[in-house]
Amino acid sequence: MTALIILHGIAGAAVLLGARVLGRWAWAVGVTPMLASLGFVAAHAGEVADGGSIDQRATWVGGLDLAIDLRFDGFGLLMLLVISGIGVAIMAYGASYFAPTAPSARVAGLLVVFSGSMVGLVLADDLLTLYVFWELTSITSWLLIGTDDTAARSRAGALHALMVTGAGGLVMLGGLVVLGQEAGTYSLSAILADPPTGGYVGVALGLVLVGIVTKSAQYPTHAWLPGAMVAPTPVSAYLHSATMVKAGIYLAARLAPAFAVVGLWRPAVTTIGLVTMIAGGLRALRQHDLKLLLAMGTISQLGFLLVLVGTGEEAATMAGCVLLLAHALFKAALFLVVGIIDHEAGTRDRRQLAGFGAGWGAVKAVTAVSAASMAGLPVLVGFVAKEGAYEAFVHEGSAGVAVLAGLIVGSVLTFAYSARFAMTVLAAPADPGTAPQSPTPLFVAPAAVLALLTVGGGLLVGVVVEGVVDAAVVALIPGAGHVHLSLWHGWSLALVLSFATWVAGAVLVARRAPLERLQANLAPRLGGDDAFVAALRGLNRTAAGVTRVVQSGSLPVYIGVILLTAVAVPGVALVLGGTWPGWPQFAETPLQVLLAALIVGAAVATTVVKRRFAAVVLLGAVGYGMGAVFIVQGAPDLALTQFAVETLSIVVFMLVLRNLPARFEPRTPAIATWMRLLVASIVAVGVFVLALVSSATRLPRSVSDEVVARSLPDGEGANVVNVVLVDFRGLDTLGEISVLAVAGVGVVALARSKRRPALDGLDATDEAAEIDEMATGHAAEDEDVAR
Amino acid sequence: MTRSLIMDTAARVIFHSAVILSLYLLFAGHNQPGGGFVGGLVAAAAVTMYYVAGGIDDVRSLTRLRPWTILGGGLALASAAALVPLALGDMVMESGYVEADLPLLGHVKATSVLVFDTGVYLVVVGLVLMVFAAVGEEAEPEAGT
Repeated sequence: MTALIILHGIAGAAVLLGARVLGRWAWAVGVTPMLASLGFVAAHAGEVADGGSIDQRATWVGGLDLAIDLRFDGFGLLMLLVISGIGVAIMAYGASYFAPTAPSARVAGLLVVFSGSMVGLVLADDLLTLYVFWELTSITSWLLIGTDDTAARSRAGALHALMVTGAGGLVMLGGLVVLGQEAGTYSLSAILADPPTGGYVGVALGLVLVGIVTKSAQYPTHAWLPGAMVAPTPVSAYLHSATMVKAGIYLAARLAPAFAVVGLWRPAVTTIGLVTMIAGGLRALRQHDLKLLLAMGTISQLGFLLVLVGTGEEAATMAGCVLLLAHALFKAALFLVVGIIDHEAGTRDRRQLAGFGAGWGAVKAVTAVSAASMAGLPVLVGFVAKEGAYEAFVHEGSAGVAVLAGLIVGSVLTFAYSARFAMTVLAAPADPGTAPQSPTPLFVAPAAVLALLTVGGGLLVGVVVEGVVDAAVVALIPGAGHVHLSLWHGWSLALVLSFATWVAGAVLVARRAPLERLQANLAPRLGGDDAFVAALRGLNRTAAGVTRVVQSGSLPVYIGVILLTAVAVPGVALVLGGTWPGWPQFAETPLQVLLAALIVGAAVATTVVKRRFAAVVLLGAVGYGMGAVFIVQGAPDLALTQFAVETLSIVVFMLVLRNLPARFEPRTPAIATWMRLLVASIVAVGVFVLALVSSATRLPRSVSDEVVARSLPDGEGANVVNVVLVDFRGLDTLGEISVLAVAGVGVVALARSKRRPALDGLDATDEAAEIDEMATGHAAEDEDVAR
Repeated sequence: MTRSLIMDTAARVIFHSAVILSLYLLFAGHNQPGGGFVGGLVAAAAVTMYYVAGGIDDVRSLTRLRPWTILGGGLALASAAALVPLALGDMVMESGYVEADLPLLGHVKATSVLVFDTGVYLVVVGLVLMVFAAVGEEAEPEAGT
């Protein structure tokens, strides 16, 4: 399994690095890990069919108990099938959709990396590992949505998605940590097998739910998903139908069986899901852009999924698993159809599309089948899912009836927008003059295969789908009975309700006009973009306010605050628990006295000289004096470093001095001088006492003794300082040189920003413009029907 | 700027010795005073001497590598040294060593942390080069200051 994820990483990196030379081959290279993933599923399906699992553990920092735990079980099998199966279709489609250029090869590479993150996400059995992959999908999807990075709208859409899912992810991290601490383990399977019951579990679940809601574009945080439609259509088809938005559903499905009864989980999940399903359906009904119609429909379906898998009940979970599969098939196929139309006709606006004539038969068939599956019509896999959903809530008492009513309303809307989509493609007004060129068979093939699977999955539901769903349900709910799926259950209440749904849906289609007027009035209240933009603006304003207060721009104030903090924090501990050790022996050799006099003298002189140059030289004297002290104390290593650093500092000081006046400002106000003296005295006394007290309170056995003793046998070195730096505390050093590198980049950026003074102003306005773009971009997307 | 003949010549004479000293410090660091950080600083001091003698152009002529390439390369090397043991099934930063009797050098013991230390060395050198590249060319140094 680790190999599978690494393979995705390697293939993705190879495509990204070789984007220039690969051209169309990028898609062929990119598809290999997905095929490998399907092969993995096929090879191990038998082992996980009956609630079994394959576990793998790769420790990477044993000392911190950090490990990558992976677990492949029945639900993972379902998810892998969706992720990699749809992935293969997308890659095949992408090869036709994109021109063979370097930027589009880059998209292929990113898709592979994204796919790998999704694979990791559904295989992770450790909460933190899961979180890492979760954020990886956020980041890669940000890059993918912003593929067209020269367009402000594209960047704005990508940023919106990243901010919402990223913020939700952070909240979720908090929840995961609380959950892990309450349970005493971060292993997902262990937590689910023995759910913690502490008081904070409800809080943790609430936080995790925030992550789920943002990731799966549930109301009220859904607004990023329509915005993300600026991505190339293959990307949207993959990310926003089959994979990324399913991550939230995945986690909800995992947690629900164990935690559905804790706190407000079930009412919250059901309410959010139903609101999302209905509101998304309503908004889908008024879109003219076919892609946005699908996006809104996706939001609606995600709400449906959340209701089903969030209950944690066996029957609903079963229906949710079928719907997960069905939705991936039909929604990906429909997105691909939109891509084909956009590609050939140059528009996705249903009002501008004219008759698709000869050569469009396959596209029409795919549309008909997939839309019918979305609407839940018989013999297709979507029908099985909806029947299962109705069946699950029919016998659940009054609460079940309420949920069922919501589901029916949502399904009626789904029927109506499915019809709206299908009618556009199937029955566009004939206009031979502008009839678009028909797509090549290779271009249509991936969508056709998905449509065939939709039909096959329905007709042969008892053969393949049943097995997969059965494995998934058993993995999610231990001890669940075996799933039996079929198209015909005999006459039942659920079937009657399905009939009612279709009839109501047909009525909605027939009476579009009044409905559209109603929606035009309702629409502004169902939005969510305004809230997001307002929040963003507020954040910017707050940040500016805080900056004004905290960053006064006065160097003496900065230094004063830093120094006083450095003294105050240990000073508190000193006052509370320190004991005065008595005066130490101040000097051991006359040389020390001499050096101390030099250092103190130079330091004092630094503060009174008038010329900057003299001050730098005097500071250098202080530094060299310290180096000399180190030599006297027998620390050649420190001395060597001190001398080298001092030399370099002086040179760098000189470089900076060229840009400063030769003399310090003639005078500072008397009060400022006294303040500085006061701060300096406090710091001096504080550090002095601290040094005395801390060197007197030694542990019974000094740490350094052990380090010295272990240096040669464990670190293979006689220079203890170096062994500590590069071996015992090597990870610290790695962190330090990273900081050094960042500081270097900062120095260069600072120096350059001075050379281009106009840049500051530009940055601020740029940001504001980007936010404005988010506001106007969304408004333009969601056009009013009334117009 | 005016070039000083004495400074110029001295820089050229001392530069290579200083670089060799820095490499010595790097390699000897594990058992004697020295190490990647100090070694890097000494090398940086040698570069500084070049700068003082000939300004930023002389420093640029030293290597065709860009400063940030050196810095990033060092960081990558150190990270790799930390992570490679993982791939071999050990812990992060696990070290190993080889001993050999080489002609001329005699008995030599090399530990894998030397690679890590080399990364530190490169980061320090790269950082100093970057500082020169950033602030070193803003204004030509005025003669006499």
